[in-house]
Amino acid sequence: MKFALNDEQEALAESAKRFLQEKAGCEAALQVMETEQGFDEAVWDTMASELGWTALTIPEAYGGYGLGYTDLIPLLEAMGRHMLCSPFFSSICMGANSILEAGTEEQKAKWLPEIAAGTSRATLAFTEAGGTWCADDIQATYTRTDEGFVINGTKHYVLDGHTAHLIIIAARAEGSTGEKGISLFVMDPASQGLSICAIKNLDQTRKQANITLDNTPLALSAQLGGQDLDWSIVQRILDLAGVALSLEQVGCAERCLQTAVDYAKIRTQFNRPIGSFQAIKHKCADMLVLVESARSAAWYAAWSATQSEALADAASQAQSYCSDALYSCAAESIQIHGGIGFTWEHEAHLYFKRAQSSKVLLGTPETHRERIAQMLEL
Amino acid sequence: MDLQFSKEDEAFREEVRTWLEDNLLGEFAQLKGRGGPGDEDELIAERRAWEKRLGEAGWACVAWPKEHGGKSATLNQEVIFNEEYARSKAPGRLGHIGTELLGPTLIHFGNEEQKKRFLPGIVDASELWCQGYSEPNAGSDLANVQTQAVLDGDEWVINGQKIWTSHAHVAQWCFVLCRTDTDAPKHKGISYILVPMNQEGVEYRPIRQMTGNSEFSEVFFTDARTPKENVVGGINAGWKVAMGTLAFERGASTLGQQLAFNSEMDIILEAAKETGASKDPLIRQKLAALKVELNIMRLNSLRTLSHSETNELGREAMINKLYWSNLHRKMGEVAMEILGQESLVRPETEGYDLHKLQRLFLFSRADTIYAGSNQIQRNIIGERALGLPREPKVSTKT
Repeated sequence: MKFALNDEQEALAESAKRFLQEKAGCEAALQVMETEQGFDEAVWDTMASELGWTALTIPEAYGGYGLGYTDLIPLLEAMGRHMLCSPFFSSICMGANSILEAGTEEQKAKWLPEIAAGTSRATLAFTEAGGTWCADDIQATYTRTDEGFVINGTKHYVLDGHTAHLIIIAARAEGSTGEKGISLFVMDPASQGLSICAIKNLDQTRKQANITLDNTPLALSAQLGGQDLDWSIVQRILDLAGVALSLEQVGCAERCLQTAVDYAKIRTQFNRPIGSFQAIKHKCADMLVLVESARSAAWYAAWSATQSEALADAASQAQSYCSDALYSCAAESIQIHGGIGFTWEHEAHLYFKRAQSSKVLLGTPETHRERIAQMLEL
Repeated sequence: MDLQFSKEDEAFREEVRTWLEDNLLGEFAQLKGRGGPGDEDELIAERRAWEKRLGEAGWACVAWPKEHGGKSATLNQEVIFNEEYARSKAPGRLGHIGTELLGPTLIHFGNEEQKKRFLPGIVDASELWCQGYSEPNAGSDLANVQTQAVLDGDEWVINGQKIWTSHAHVAQWCFVLCRTDTDAPKHKGISYILVPMNQEGVEYRPIRQMTGNSEFSEVFFTDARTPKENVVGGINAGWKVAMGTLAFERGASTLGQQLAFNSEMDIILEAAKETGASKDPLIRQKLAALKVELNIMRLNSLRTLSHSETNELGREAMINKLYWSNLHRKMGEVAMEILGQESLVRPETEGYDLHKLQRLFLFSRADTIYAGSNQIQRNIIGERALGLPREPKVSTKT
């Protein structure tokens, strides 16, 4: 029994910290978030080709290093901590996972090597106007034609949808309902009848796009797995994304606590550092409880990724707890910083906005708790 | 990262489980599920016999070295013992103040004579202990203890009052924090002294709690006496000894406690289904949130355990008390919410008997006060884990 990072993971955490301290951080985020693209291409290239991060969890057979999901812990925590603006999450934790979980051997061999190399970035276009991850809300439809498929519909809130090279679209067989008839299709953003429109986001550090498909034609080989998917596979893809997001949230929350504590040590009022006042000290203590508990939940969820029967429960636990924990920490950090925490140049607002966007990105805490209630057979 | 216990550990688990199954029978069967929070002062004689049975088999103090009557269990094994103990619904440990607090303190700070004299009595439950720490004016400010001990020849003479003393009515001995140097700064004039309870100079008066029962007492020392050699860790070095006791807690017992909370949670979930409250979307949210927090309580402790191999206390260890006490309180509140009007109805008996969930609701108000109140816990976390500055001292000279 060892519920801790191993030496290799600690080393990865150290190298991630070194790289991101230099290349990411809030000053960089304030710059790059103003661009429509939303990330630094040079940083992406280094992450992919020099550091090999994009290849980490992809099996060796498809050009990756074949490491496990727990090996993402140090990376994702560090990315959150240093407010990295990057399509890493969408490409690796959503796109690559979709292909890995749902694709045929042939499809994996075709797309995963370029994703591992970072030369292709993938994303998952799942949610629609309702913004939820329920099967019922997938209204985009596909119909079979002589040569392949035609897809119609509109996808909303697609992470990095305007910069991805491979867009994985969720659509249902025309006439199907509920969890039946759902397929994932891999498509080129330049496909006919496909239009992509970047959204102006509240959280500028994470870009989204809307995608409209108007009789978009697709080859037979674009359908992942060559058939409609069992909903449990789709659910697993979403859960794996939820686990990754939770880990990122832990990193963000820890940073909120750290900056608040650092500030409380040096800011003096009434001739004392404000951190000596219990009103501030106790807030910080409560934040530490949230950060460490969120970490326990997220690490456990990452470990559960390899224990298939435990994943659903663990992912929803982590998502519900980590979303609330980060939101509290980001909000309290602004409060502890006082006026300076409300300014544009201070980083606190970036984390607060990220907290809000993370909270709704893959299902609200309430949605995940309702799912847990169902698993408890309530 | 691996959350599974090793084969050897699982074999140990099987051994514990089998022993408990084989022994929680006959006269001990009635003890199942008894003696927990709010029920500690019940079935004393029977639970004492149970402690003795545990001691004979080496289970009373599993983590202690074999030479002192334990099993030299590793931390993982200690956790497993606590888990299985809770799972079997074996009764609340009557001897826990001796086994968990005094024993480890003596093993660490005591001299050979003290170990030889006192450890066997803890193991076989022939001597039960109580803890003489809090006083009317020394709660969170524990170092403010005023109970005095003065040497008179070969004996200490003790005068003063302790309060909130659990098990004072069943204990034969008390470890008492006494002021032995009134001129020294307050942390430096305290000694940790072992005092027999059965003597004229010691009187206890049970305090009735809001749960209706009396698990703790006020204890008055009026020229009470104890041999000179019963001071642990040296004269005026008692503060270090008292604080050392806290460091022995590394999460091993939290996991057993988590399992106990979990069985309370099962009762709450059952009640929610029975009353139909489980259909209410708000109640569903609260129940799911509690279940998540309960699971995290276990995970936090597992992380503490993994840390303990390196023998440094991780940040997550410091949050445990604050975490579980708040959680337990919330469990009680949600339980009452689920029961609605029915939560107000007590059993049809004499006295102030309570149903299990009512007891949870009331007793958990104590969880955030004893063993370091939530406010003290937050100070500890703020200052030790986060390095925030201490509050400026207020002058004691008035």
